[in-house]
This record gives sequence, structure tokens and C-alpha cells, in this order.
Amino acid sequence: MKIVSALVSPRGAVFLLLAVLLIAITVLNPSFAEPGQLMRFIQRVAPVAIVAIGQYFVIVGGEFDLSMGSVVTAQVVIAGNLVGQDESRTIPVLFLMLAFGVLVGLVNGLIVSFLRVPSFIATLGMMLALLGGVLYWTGGAATGNPDDSFRQIGRGGIQDVPVLDLIPWSVLILIVVLAAAIWFSKRPFGRTIIALGDNPTAAGFAGVRTWWVKTSTFILSSLSATLAGILLVGYAGVHPSVGRGYEFTAITAVVLGGVVLGGGRGWVVAAAAGAFALEALFTLLNFAGVPSTLRDAIQGVIIIAAVAYSAVSFRARRRGRTDVAGPPVDADDGPVDGAPETSPAREKESPPQSGATRPAIHSLEAEG
Amino acid sequence: MRRMHVASAMVGALALLTLAGCTTDPSVTAPSDDAAATEEAEVEWFDQALFDKQDEERGVVPEGPDGQPYLQYINAEMVDTSEFASEGAKKGCFANASISNPWRQTGWITMNEQLKVLQESGAISELETRDAQDSDDTQIADIDYFINEGNCDFFVISPNSTAAMTPAVERACDTGKPVIVFDRGVQTDCPVTFIHPIGGFAWGIDSANFLIDNLEEGDKVVALRILPGVDVLEQRWAAAEKLFGEANIDAVDYFTGADPVEIKKIISDELAKGDVKGIWMDAGDGAVAAIEAFEDAGVDYPVMTGEDELSFLRKWKDTGLTGLGTVYSNFQWRTPLLAAQKIFAGEEVPKEWVLPQSPVTSDDLDQYLAANEGMPDGHYAKFGGEDLPGYPTVWQERQIP
Repeated sequence: MKIVSALVSPRGAVFLLLAVLLIAITVLNPSFAEPGQLMRFIQRVAPVAIVAIGQYFVIVGGEFDLSMGSVVTAQVVIAGNLVGQDESRTIPVLFLMLAFGVLVGLVNGLIVSFLRVPSFIATLGMMLALLGGVLYWTGGAATGNPDDSFRQIGRGGIQDVPVLDLIPWSVLILIVVLAAAIWFSKRPFGRTIIALGDNPTAAGFAGVRTWWVKTSTFILSSLSATLAGILLVGYAGVHPSVGRGYEFTAITAVVLGGVVLGGGRGWVVAAAAGAFALEALFTLLNFAGVPSTLRDAIQGVIIIAAVAYSAVSFRARRRGRTDVAGPPVDADDGPVDGAPETSPAREKESPPQSGATRPAIHSLEAEG
Repeated sequence: MRRMHVASAMVGALALLTLAGCTTDPSVTAPSDDAAATEEAEVEWFDQALFDKQDEERGVVPEGPDGQPYLQYINAEMVDTSEFASEGAKKGCFANASISNPWRQTGWITMNEQLKVLQESGAISELETRDAQDSDDTQIADIDYFINEGNCDFFVISPNSTAAMTPAVERACDTGKPVIVFDRGVQTDCPVTFIHPIGGFAWGIDSANFLIDNLEEGDKVVALRILPGVDVLEQRWAAAEKLFGEANIDAVDYFTGADPVEIKKIISDELAKGDVKGIWMDAGDGAVAAIEAFEDAGVDYPVMTGEDELSFLRKWKDTGLTGLGTVYSNFQWRTPLLAAQKIFAGEEVPKEWVLPQSPVTSDDLDQYLAANEGMPDGHYAKFGGEDLPGYPTVWQERQIP
């Protein structure tokens, strides 16, 4: 019963959706459930999931990063143009790309923090600036793939594994990123991000260095976009269209994962699951042979329905809870036992540092 | 908090809109046995008369100077241009649809090298170019700017789309100065000459026949298409779809936006569903990603039709697959300026200047690879600029003007 109620709970909804989609795909095409095929599927989702994880931190901190897709595009083009066929450049260019990722995030964060430009506009501007730069550099066409050694990261893996056949590097990278993200969320700093998203004023009073927390979320997101770019270069190759629309895929994945736009609430694993659900949806439509004319409509309706379900049931629970005077939970610990009713108890176990910021936040939250 | 909610709603709405918009790329089109959809597509893009015309032109030996395919023409009806004959260097105004794909970039480089030759010989003084960046609105504004303020002696127009550009081309014709249209067409015969290779139906016939000859009845072919709604691309598929249907080849088509990630996902899913024996492409961009999907899945290479883009030709050679490099003659980018030279010399030009268009086959693959050694992957084998002054450096370094 507990599992069922967790699945129909707003934060569990995405797992339910994912399970339904995966089952539907398997029914249409049983070979999908073979371990090798599943590995391939995870490999394909890895870049999207990593981008969603990056976007999660920005969104839960109360901002948006619309520049992610163009960071992916820019990094893909950088890899194609700078590595070329010269294997010895692989490592230096990797570091250059990471540095470029940090720089983009830093600029985004500083503009949002100090120039007080809403992140929606700041990162939109960054998106256009990067896309324009790519257009200027390439004229809008592909340049050619980088050396195979570079592409191995996204394309290759550990060969000849029993049962699984191939464990792609992307899958391992995704596991590492996800584990790091979970760990980071539980750290005081990760909790501070949520506190900041929940109520920036209160967080400021509580002594949070707002600008640095905010900027670090942007750095995290553009680093994750960089990583996705590296994987995509390997997976598919260089083209200026790679990365197009990724920021919205990421935002949708995060929202599907039950993360509240505007910040303060969410679970990073659910955001990653949202990415899996989205990709599973695309795959399902591929397998089902849905006519192109209907395809977008079906996709849109499913996404709206999923988000609406999570919003409605969330609101219902919240209303129920305010009678008991329980504050909303910061669900960074997940939905498995995460029926929000249990939250007041868990609240007391929170580490002291984040606990310090909480009372003020929650009292304000109750008003808003 | 309210500010946040409004912003959230905005982002949510935008995200959905864009997601819906962007994901048209991996679209699936109904299987060809879906009668309603097929009928609809045929009504829109399939044109039996044009199909037959282009099918016939494929077999015609072109007239014109040997070894200069960009000056050759097929079944031409010549028009008198003596009314335009005049001395002196002329200023050209070029309304370009875009240079946003490797095919257009290669052509644009070639055109500029041709321009240098004509500037040296004193035929053309300058070519003022406006790039519409794939936008109809921008190109209409560009053409009107040229008409009103360009001080142009002749117009070269490479239309972004057929119907939308027709009135603007007519306005350019109304100036009484020669108008030269190339690549995509317009719905008016007011230009002095309309330059294009044989066309999309010929592409579809070449490629589909190759696949049909090399496959068995009932085999599965995945058709990868760049985008819907562009006539030269739609005609390629309209012809191929018809021929596949007649030959009982099971063909499904997808729109990819030339995004290699989409292409790879589509092929992986199709391979997971069952055997894929053939790949048909309406443009070569992304061919390598399609082939790699077969490698990664560990299955045999398909029979494949791509384009004369070097990335595909090289991968074709490396893998030894059964392939055909369908061609939409890139050397056509030289012809408009040479046509202008002829028009001002009072020489007659074809009203509809149909340039030769023949695919790269396994027989001449090695020859084209050798001739284009050192060229970048986005270069087109049949670019036809070997005798121009910048050859080969300008194309090798891909110096886009």
C-alpha cells in the first residue's frame, strides 16, 4: 500500500508514468526489455538526464537556465572544430570545454545576482549570444567529426560484458553524476539551494551568500550541459542542430519530476526520472508508428496531463496538510517514504545548519 | 511569490510549445499503406507530369560545352536576350535564401570564386548579397531593398520558398532588368532564366530505383528526411515513396532536421523493431550518424542512398557498403553569374536552364574521392569549381566569404 500511495503521490507520479511507458514499449516490442537494449536506451537518455539534473539545481534554487541547449551546441561545435583528427588534442580540448562551461555559468550567475536581470532574460540572452556565435563560426553547417578517441566517451563502453554485452561509458557517467547530485543535494550547500529557492529573503536573513549559491547553480547547469555535449559528440557526431531544444526538454523533464517551478521543492532523482519518461515517450511514439501529424499533439497532451496531475494532487495534499500545521517538505530525500505526512517528524532530524534557515522560511511559505 | 508564479507559468507554457515544436524532428509518418495519408501527400507534392518530364531528362545527353557541366543544358528552349545587351561591368544583386547547410556553403564559395573571374574579365563590377537566413520575410525585404535602393543591373534570386517569393520576384521583373532565379523555383515565368538541375523527382527516381534493384520485395527501408514543406525535398520523397509502393518495399519516413542525435535514435528504434535493409535520405547531411547506428547495433550495413557530400562518400568507401551518392548538382551555383554575362552580351540562354544531374556510383566513387582529397567532410564532390583560381585552397579551408 505504501508503494502504491508513493506512486500516486505527486513526486512518485513520474515513476508511475515511466513504468507505464516502459511497459507499453515492451508490449509493442518485447526485445526492448533485453538487457542489451535497455543499456542502449539508458545510453541514449544519459545526455538528457544529465542536462535535467543540471537544470534541477537551477530551478529548485528559484531560477531558470534557458542557455543549456545552446551550451550543448557550442560545446559540440568546439569539439568538432578544435579536436579535429588530432588525437593529442582530446585532453586539452576537454579541459577547455569544461572551462568554457564554468565561464558561461559564472557569467549567467553574476548577471542574475548582481545586475538583477531575471534569469529568464539573462539566460535567454546567453542562449542567443551562444547560438549567434556558433552561427558566425560555422555558418550554420556541420564541420566534421572529431577524432574517434574523443567520441569514445559517448559512443563506446566496456565491451563483452556478460548479459549486458556493452556497458556504455555514458551510463557509468550518468550513474556517477546522479550519485554526485544526490550526495550534493543532501549536503548543507545543496539544502541551502533549496532554501534559497523557497524564500530568498529569508535565506538572505539567515546568512546565506545568495549570489554565490545562485551562481553555483548556474555553473552546475552549464557544466552538466558541457558533459551532455561531450556525450552527444560521441553518440551522434557534430552538427549545429545538436542540442536544439534541450533547455526545454530539461525544464519539462524537471517539471515532470514534480519539481516546483519557482524553486524550493523537488527531488533530483525525480528530475532524472522525468528525463527518462520523456525519452521513453518519444521512443514509444517511434515504436507505435504514430503518424507525424498526430505525434506532437499526443506528446503535448501526455506532458500536460502528467504535469497537471502532479500539480493538482500536490495542491490537494498541501491543503490537507496546512490544517495539521505541518510545513511543506523539502523533498530532497525522495518519495519512497515521502508521503508528505511524515515530513514534520523528519524535519527534526535535519542537520542543524539547514535547519537554522528553515523556521523563517516556512513561516513565510505559509503565507505565499 | 506572484512574480514567480507568472514566470513559472510562462516558462511552462514556453517549454511545452517549444518541446512540441522541436520534436517535430523525429516524427513518424504513417506507414505507406495508410491510404488517406498517402493520398493527401500525393495530392500535395506528387506531380505525374513533372515526374515523367524529369524521368525522361535523366536519360538525355546534355547540350553545351564538354567538361563544363555548369554550362550544359537539357531540352532547352532558348530565349533572345538582345534587349539586355550592353557594354561595361554590371552590378549584380543576389538575394540568397541562406548558407545554413553544407550544400549551400559549398555552392556559395564556388559562386564567389566564379565572381572573381568575371570581375577580372570586366563583366561584373560587384555582387551585393543579402542572406535571408532561411526566412521568407527577410528575403522579401531583401528583394524590395534591392529594387528600391540597390542600384542593381541584374538580380540573382535563390528563393527561400516557392509560393511566398513569387510576388517579390515579379516585382523585381517589373523593373525591366534581367532576373535570374536558381535552385528552388517560383510560380512565375517572368525571370529571364530559371536555372536548376533536373530536380527532386529525378533524385527520388535515381535513389529509389537503386534501393529497389538491390533489395528484395517486402524489405524495410527507413527514409530520413530533413524537413517537410520544401518543394525540392518533398519531390524527392514523393517520387521515392511512389516507386517504393509500386515495388512493395516497406518504407517508413521520419523528419530528422539533419540532427545526428535524432537520426541515431530513429535508426536504433527501427533496428530494435526489426531488420532494416535500406536507408534512403533526401539529403546527405547526417548520413554518417545513420551508418554508425548500424555499427553500434552490431548488424550488417544497409543498402544506402546518401548524397555526394564527402562525409558520406568517405564513410561509404571505408565501410564498403552498397551505396549510391544521389546528386543535386552543386555546380549550379556558378551558372547564374555566367548566365548574367551571356545576357549582357546578348547571347541567348535557356528559358528553363536544366543542368545535368547524375549520381555518384560505386564505379566512379574512387575517382571522386581522389579528386576531392583534402577537402573537408562538408564539401560536395560535384561542386564543379576545379578550374577556378582559388582551387583547391579556398574549398579546403572552407573560406566562407
